[in-house]
Amino acid sequence: MKKAIANKEIDVNEEGYLLDFSQWNKEVGESLAEENGISMTDKHWEVIAYLQEKHHKEEALSIRGIKKSGVINIKEFYALFPGGPLKKSTLIAGIPKPKSCI
Amino acid sequence: MSETKVKKMLFILSKGTLENAYAAFVMANGARMEGIEAELFFTFFGLEAIQKKKLEHLHVATVGNPAMHMPTMLGGLPGVEALATKMMKKEMEKLDMPPVSEFLEILSDSGCKLWGCKLAIDMFHLEREDLIDELDGILTIGDFYNRANEDGTHLLFI
Repeated sequence: MKKAIANKEIDVNEEGYLLDFSQWNKEVGESLAEENGISMTDKHWEVIAYLQEKHHKEEALSIRGIKKSGVINIKEFYALFPGGPLKKSTLIAGIPKPKSCI
Repeated sequence: MSETKVKKMLFILSKGTLENAYAAFVMANGARMEGIEAELFFTFFGLEAIQKKKLEHLHVATVGNPAMHMPTMLGGLPGVEALATKMMKKEMEKLDMPPVSEFLEILSDSGCKLWGCKLAIDMFHLEREDLIDELDGILTIGDFYNRANEDGTHLLFI
């Protein structure tokens, strides 16, 4: 389906995740964050960049991976993206929601 | 996105087998990842999972477990349980499942509360220092019920 995000027509799935990463830019991320009650800081963007890089390398995302990332620890991760950190952060990053149970 | 009605999950881990401990850990972590509150109460043999000296030595039960597809007599032979445990841990590592101590650390960092059961701790003559540092405290079952303080709270006995 189509959704208007940051004055752009963006293809998203029924959960609101972007279907085509090439349609993503910082404004889109900013707008998705705002919808989820998150105001982005430099630390948020650092995490988003890490997630996108992992995704482009086709490496699976998990909470254990976050712990080992060296970018952020788990406590901060939960504080930055309250209410389901990996779910929220991947949505903002314009990449698919991780399918893993861990 | 459909919104879950589950707001808080309270788990009671009463068994000391590897598969039961992981069931509790995966569900508690999964809850936190979905933005659901989670707490774990360790009682009876479940206390093995939070004893510093024992937690990395949890085993898969090979006796009295029909799903192992192994004759009970064979499951009871020396070394069989250790071998089955080793194989299962190898499979879990492939899926990037953390070992018990690291999993507890992840849960604690994720805001999952970890509680020890007072009665069982007294019964097994355990001291606070025998238990992991991440433990949030020692509670009676009554205290634990009081943690179910909001709508959408569920209790699960494992």
